[in-house]
Amino acid sequence: MNETQTGATDGNDPIIELRKLNKWYGSFHVLRDIDLSVARQERIVVCGPSGSGKSTMIRCINKLEDYQGGELHVDGTLLNDDVKNIDHVRREVGMVFQHFNLFPHLTILQNLTLAPVWVRKLPKKEAEDTAMHYLARVKIAEQAKKYPGQLSGGQQQRVAIARSLCMNPRIMLFDEPTSALDPEMIKEVLDVMVELAREGMTMICVTHEMGFAKEVADRVVFMDAGEIVEQAPPDRFFDNPSSERTKLFLSQIL
Amino acid sequence: MSDARTTSRAAPVVQTGPVQWAKENLFNGPVNTALTLISLYVLWLAIPPLVNWALIDAVFTPDPATCKAASGACWGFITEKYRLMLSGTYPYEQQWRPVVAMVVLLGLIGMSMNSRFWNIWLAAYWVVGIVVMGVLMWGGVLGLPYVENAKWGGLPLTLILAVNGIVFSFPLAIALALGRRSNMPAIRAVCVTFIELVRGVPLITVLFMASLMLPLFLPEGMTIDKLLRAQVGIILFTAAYEAEVIRGGLQALPRGQFEAGDSLGLSYWQKTGLIILPQALKLVIPPMVNTFISMFKDTSLVIIIGLFDLLGSVRLAANDPMWRPFYVEGLVFVAVIYFIFCYTIARYSEHVERLARKGERR
Ligand SMILES: Nc1ncnc2c1ncn2[C@@H]1O[C@H](COP(=O)(O)OP(=O)(O)OP(=O)(O)O)[C@@H](O)[C@H]1O
Ligand SMILES: [Mg+2]
Repeated sequence: MNETQTGATDGNDPIIELRKLNKWYGSFHVLRDIDLSVARQERIVVCGPSGSGKSTMIRCINKLEDYQGGELHVDGTLLNDDVKNIDHVRREVGMVFQHFNLFPHLTILQNLTLAPVWVRKLPKKEAEDTAMHYLARVKIAEQAKKYPGQLSGGQQQRVAIARSLCMNPRIMLFDEPTSALDPEMIKEVLDVMVELAREGMTMICVTHEMGFAKEVADRVVFMDAGEIVEQAPPDRFFDNPSSERTKLFLSQIL
Repeated sequence: MSDARTTSRAAPVVQTGPVQWAKENLFNGPVNTALTLISLYVLWLAIPPLVNWALIDAVFTPDPATCKAASGACWGFITEKYRLMLSGTYPYEQQWRPVVAMVVLLGLIGMSMNSRFWNIWLAAYWVVGIVVMGVLMWGGVLGLPYVENAKWGGLPLTLILAVNGIVFSFPLAIALALGRRSNMPAIRAVCVTFIELVRGVPLITVLFMASLMLPLFLPEGMTIDKLLRAQVGIILFTAAYEAEVIRGGLQALPRGQFEAGDSLGLSYWQKTGLIILPQALKLVIPPMVNTFISMFKDTSLVIIIGLFDLLGSVRLAANDPMWRPFYVEGLVFVAVIYFIFCYTIARYSEHVERLARKGERR
């Protein structure tokens, strides 16, 4: 059996593995020799200065970006130009964006059922039940018939999280999910994410919410100029960072 | 509930009435007052002669001699020739057929414009309607004499060209717009070349080429009839323009919409059909309708290849030496008909836009 095709791996293998990943935008070297492996149910927080390549890295994981060097395995599948592999990976990986990216022409419920019905081929009724279940979990079930434009930012982001969860993903990627929100809405979104982490979802989360990192992260990854400079459990990362660049970064944001 | 912030106040009373309205809209400030007075003066100069021409001095009996004597419009020309103008060269005794066909067509269009009828039955009605219209227009069965389509004319011809133009150019335009943004260089090149070539020449040229040059390229003995060639020319021409309009809509969508679709695992066609096109098309309703309206009127160019549409039929009617001086009245008559159709399209598009924006607040 060809392991890289089927996604069947035993429980101890990393679910995501980046090996010497390199990416260029034209001549600009945006990711340099990235090595990162993420275990099942592990929660990673990625931080670093603006432009350091955080978004680019996690967008490689569901192939929103391609890469030019190295290897990237997700859930036992090697991500290359094979369309089958991309589809497989995208179905297993949910992504939450800074700007929510809900579909404005569809109701909240339709936003949630679209992919399960068309990609997972679930019957409509079943998809709607699942959708209502997740909407209730993000405490927004009463908004199901509204359109995204009628919701606040925090509500929209919770819908976006629910939309990803409806696909029943094994991995969730978050790219600065709270950066576009007003301060009073950040907590409601973080609460949902904390709960998700507690339930054992594998998560990679780009965020500058250091409270969140301390509370749930198993590991904090610090990136600068396209490199992973340091990765450590949160207590060591915040109290005793080894790199000067990390210290400088922490002194600026804390 | 005595909290001052929650006690409701009545909305301020807004003064209304014609005098108030005029003050606010026509005479607010010296520039507007001047413009209003100038406009009133121009209307004062223009309207009385117009009313005199169109009504007071006009002749309504179909008699060329009385018309010549009068200084006003000769609406008798219309009463005398309206059948020729509306039906063109279609055989005179058979002209009830295009009239019925037109009623069927307008009925179907009217139904299609009403969201209440948007279900599978509508499609069935259209299929039946198209067969009925075909039988009526061509005949040759059920005891109806055959009428070749080179003889079709007048309003039915205009409507046939326009409706087919809209219906067939639209999907083609979508395909061209998507193709122009495709990742595949060959598809992109074909679409760009087509769009730029067609856009780069006048419609008249396309029609001329369709009618004069196309036969040269076809194998010996093979002919495609004139009406079909004109129709294809109009479709291709409209599609090229529409494609660019739709591309504008595609480009206006934020990249996040594409990425959200990708990240959910939707295929290209699912993403395009369920997320991208519904939003992009909604954005471009006004310019799209603009192109359709302009095409509706451009169908009159088929006269240069010898088809007599609504406008062409007026020319035909005015060929009668007795009535030649009253060409203008004929033009006014068809102008009114064109206006009714174009204005209806415009108003309907506003309605569709409102429908499409329902619930969406951004
Ligand atoms: N499509 C692109 N073409 C060229 N350069 C790009 C492109 N996208 C990103 N970049 C560059 O790559 C670098 C990394 O971008 P990335 O978005 O990954 O940074 P980031 O760490 O997520 O920053 P931020 O905190 O601002 O989101 C930046 O310098 C950016 O200008
Ligand atoms: Mg970023």
